[in-house]
Amino acid sequence: MYDGGKIITGLIIFIGLMTFPVWHNGGNAGVLPKQEKPVGKTACVKPTVEMRTSHMLLLNQWRDEALREENRKPFTVDGQDYEKSLMVGCMNCHTDKKKFCDECHLYTAVKPYCWDCHFPPKENL
Amino acid sequence: MKHSFLAVIALVLVAMLGAQVPGLKSVFGVVIPWLAFVIFLGGFAYRVLQWGKSPVPFRIPTTSGQGKSLDWIKQDKYDCPATGAQVIIRMILEIFAFRSLFKNTKSEVHSGPKLTYESSKWLWLAGITFHYCFLIIVLRHMRLFTNPMPAFIAALEFGDGFLQIGAPTVYITDLLFVLALSFLFLRRLVNAKVRYISFAADYFPLFLILSIGITGILMRYFVRVDVVSIKQLAVGLTTMSLPAADVMDKIGTMFFIHLFLVCTLMVYFPYSKLMHLGGIFLSPTRNLANNSRMVRHINPWNDLKIKPHSYAGYEDDFREYMVNAGLPVEKELPKASEPEA
Repeated sequence: MYDGGKIITGLIIFIGLMTFPVWHNGGNAGVLPKQEKPVGKTACVKPTVEMRTSHMLLLNQWRDEALREENRKPFTVDGQDYEKSLMVGCMNCHTDKKKFCDECHLYTAVKPYCWDCHFPPKENL
Repeated sequence: MKHSFLAVIALVLVAMLGAQVPGLKSVFGVVIPWLAFVIFLGGFAYRVLQWGKSPVPFRIPTTSGQGKSLDWIKQDKYDCPATGAQVIIRMILEIFAFRSLFKNTKSEVHSGPKLTYESSKWLWLAGITFHYCFLIIVLRHMRLFTNPMPAFIAALEFGDGFLQIGAPTVYITDLLFVLALSFLFLRRLVNAKVRYISFAADYFPLFLILSIGITGILMRYFVRVDVVSIKQLAVGLTTMSLPAADVMDKIGTMFFIHLFLVCTLMVYFPYSKLMHLGGIFLSPTRNLANNSRMVRHINPWNDLKIKPHSYAGYEDDFREYMVNAGLPVEKELPKASEPEA
């Protein structure tokens, strides 16, 4: 081994960097998000699986339609009208930002910019 | 090229079909990633240690500037370093700025015939864009492996999604990554000289990394997957606390394709040209100081039992023969007492 000290130090640093999540988490997977459904409701505007993966698309689409195209016609699913709005549509049933937004967003470290414009519901002000 | 392409398609199909089989999800989600990671680290260390064991008896830096000479001749410190500190700066410039690619020149024969040399920066531009994007993308993925996520990754993500296009927001690095890789691939096709020296070992990693990028982009923007379940799996991999089977079932096939391709990359990495990640640090043409005229470098495999043999000693051994053959000698033969008549 030539320059063994330098090479082995470098290797140890490399392996340390590569295993960063292992020692950062320290064997503790942390708290899992509790995914709850709003009480007393049976259906959302789209199936659960689709809402779980793609709700942000719908929110984006609604924002564009309502604010940029002035199309505020309600979103109708199975004869039921839903307001095309985060605050008075979605949050009618999913009343609590902490429970229905932050629970998963904090876990997956997603930071949507909804609340750049919207006020979070009153109880958090 | 054809075979490399088909190999990557085959890998995609293996993961796609494998993830459909009920019991195989944990194989593709847990066993293969763990194995691949161990092979990656082990193979990487093995290659680096093998290189460390190879003697480099002489100073062989590529010198592309004026070496240290007389006081009134200006030394080109970072193209021909003479001290350790200068070597460190040269290495930093090489690793962070890809300096030797930057000095790429293109030679062309024009009518005349006239030979011209022209600086060509496209390879450098695509190369450095690709590498930095890859680095940022890998760091961004730490949001799925760490809980809670460290703050610097949040900052990185914010900067990368700065354009706030669509939801989920478009990452700048995603676009640049695919663009740069496409350039690096097309370069091999379009440039006849580069195409001539391109082999499967060049095309396969390109296709593999491009397919990893494409499956990742598909998963984020087009065929969305359940991120909460994926994070449970990813954090589980780092903490040995694996998620329940129903969590695995919520994860879409596209994720398993993406993961399987990444595992392939990790396994392939130490045994391919991608090892330049470690190799750049151990390149004797870069990491040695050009100090052959200041320091005596002794060949490490010299046998200590062999004593130095000076010219004077050599002449002592063979003086008589040399004189007889008419060769000049520094010390004449001792005068014979009386020449015979």
